[in-house]
Amino acid sequence: MQNEKAPERNEKKHVSTDNILEVKDLKKYFPIKAGLLGRLVGQVKAVDGISFSIKRGTTMGLVGESGCGKTTVGKTILRLNDKTSGDVLFNGEEIFELSNRELRAKRPQIQIIFQDPYSSLSPRMPVGEIIGEAVKEHNIVPDDKFDDYITRIMESCGLQAYHKDRYPHEFSGGQRQRICIARAIALNPDFIVCDEPVSALDVSIQAQIINLLADLQKEFGLAYLFISHDLSVVEHISDTIGVMYLGSMVEYGKTEDIFENPLHPYTKALFSAIPTPDPTVKMDRIILEGSIPSPANPPLGCKFHTRCAHRMEICETEVPKVFDFDGHVVACHLYNKEKDR
Amino acid sequence: MQENKNVNYLTAKESRQISRENRRITNQIEKNRNRRNIPEAEYLTNMQDDGNVVEFDGLKTYFYTDIGVVRAVDGISFNIPKGKTVGVVGESGCGKSVTSLSLMQLVQRPQGQIVGGEIRLNMGDGKAYDVARMPTEQMEKIRGNMVSMIFQEPMTSLNPVFRIGVQLDEVINLHNPEMSKELIKARSIEMLDTVGIANAEGIYQRYPHELSGGMRQRVMIAMALVCSPQLIIADEPTTALDVTIQAQILDLLRNLKDKINSSIMLITHDLGVVAEMADHVVVMYAGRIVEQGTAQEVFLNPVHPYTVGLMASKPVVNREVERLYSIPGSVPNPINMPNYCYFRDRCDRAFDKCVGKYPPYFSVSPTHSVACYLYEDQQHAK
Repeated sequence: MQNEKAPERNEKKHVSTDNILEVKDLKKYFPIKAGLLGRLVGQVKAVDGISFSIKRGTTMGLVGESGCGKTTVGKTILRLNDKTSGDVLFNGEEIFELSNRELRAKRPQIQIIFQDPYSSLSPRMPVGEIIGEAVKEHNIVPDDKFDDYITRIMESCGLQAYHKDRYPHEFSGGQRQRICIARAIALNPDFIVCDEPVSALDVSIQAQIINLLADLQKEFGLAYLFISHDLSVVEHISDTIGVMYLGSMVEYGKTEDIFENPLHPYTKALFSAIPTPDPTVKMDRIILEGSIPSPANPPLGCKFHTRCAHRMEICETEVPKVFDFDGHVVACHLYNKEKDR
Repeated sequence: MQENKNVNYLTAKESRQISRENRRITNQIEKNRNRRNIPEAEYLTNMQDDGNVVEFDGLKTYFYTDIGVVRAVDGISFNIPKGKTVGVVGESGCGKSVTSLSLMQLVQRPQGQIVGGEIRLNMGDGKAYDVARMPTEQMEKIRGNMVSMIFQEPMTSLNPVFRIGVQLDEVINLHNPEMSKELIKARSIEMLDTVGIANAEGIYQRYPHELSGGMRQRVMIAMALVCSPQLIIADEPTTALDVTIQAQILDLLRNLKDKINSSIMLITHDLGVVAEMADHVVVMYAGRIVEQGTAQEVFLNPVHPYTVGLMASKPVVNREVERLYSIPGSVPNPINMPNYCYFRDRCDRAFDKCVGKYPPYFSVSPTHSVACYLYEDQQHAK
């Protein structure tokens, strides 16, 4: 993605009212240290130059296999990780240039919901305190209205007011995920990173949580970055989708475009691997050989060429350019010719 | 607070009473089990249909916990025909894993006990054994040999301190003590090759942590298939894997099943996987089967309100819905199960008949049966 977007970097301070979040050429490398002295022996390129933007009140889905860097993107946007390079603009402001004090003031606007509702709630705090802790910290509501506010938030997330004094272990998985959502919503955020919020839940509970997220989006005008490996869930909830492979974005565009006309061979393979709950449909499976290569030592050229069915000579040497077909972006050598025309 | 007594709360006295009662029951069962030299006649039985590998008949597996008896599996009956794949679907806690563990006699004892029903296992030579009554020594000969299991977590089900080769050899050696070491090794490497591991001899020498999730699951499959079992129990074999790897593993399972001509009991919560793999589908809810039939029948014409709800709540690619259907409420407490239909309180089609006792099975077609009063009048003429 880096090639085309590079010149725009000068306009960093440009405040766009349309996009709540803009990520430009974001990179995050983790060092690999070895030996007694902690010598640097390599880098894991978890996120290797990705760009995308999210409009206000919309949802972007981020899909990919495990280890492709989806979660690292989410964490880096929240500045839970430091970045290696690139820009993260939230409401036109660079997140990584904020001082600690400024960042703290910004925190309520960007929230995260984690994957595992069992380990992301403190077992020693009653639910009311879990949800209310940050509300008090950031003075979201005056003290005399605090109780009513928490009750209202809990009710909008499908929890009862009497749940306030209970502890997380007394709840089922779906209810815990509701608590996590209530905790995020309570700060009145504009943008929430949902890191696999439904993967740990059963199908019928999944539907409840997805519906809840959709309702809250309508009610509060939230924008989501929805990270998931479940493509059917992502299709249902997202307006735009980014497909990641080994730290790079291989395809990015509107949900309809991507599902109706996937361009990148990896996206095609990924979609054909989704099992359909209909025994009469026999799909032509594209079964990918082997597994995802190590991000510490990614293949040269196009990172996908080791598993690609349409491999050409050029794929092994050159990093593919990024082509933009009316907002449907793909990074693949197959489209070199089409774009020249 | 006193007037509305919490049903989840037990006094110390009540708890002690339950524990004592549990110990009495489980001790009795254990004593009966641990007798020496149990005669074969006690667990010899007859298959209803010789074309089945396994027949579950009214199986009941209960757990005697300190807060009460959990009826994890409460009277389920279904058959696994030879050479077919039977998919068992249901949400977590509905008893699908306990069903498979009962068949392997791997239920955590002494708390977990098979208290009723039969699991008839076809031994091939006209004999059939009842697994529920089989002594442990006899079971050891069957486990891994006639019936083997692929577990959900390939990360935790391989032993981290032994090489892959040693773990594979052990299985062959146990069931074929007469084989020489060289032969065993050759067989292990051949098996690794069969499951699509490229560098089989290299992998033979590796430790589990050196392999990726997909590779480990392949090793697990190799281990399960090494004795050419009649039945493979696959307990959520792809839940921990990515979609692309899942497609590989399912493809492999399908091909190998035909190669060694065995049956698969596929346990999963993913309806897509079941639709793709299974010939017959069993839908479980709260320890009971609510609906069973061929894959075509269950997926194209689901009849039980729970099955219908489950299908509707799963988003499907290329099927636009404004809002997902969600089944209201949640699964009832397994300790205090109601005596009416377990699904009544969540069912949007409940009617006056549902007040009565748990519905029996009504058949919609010769192969399709459902436990719901809605279909009482539509009984298919047999």
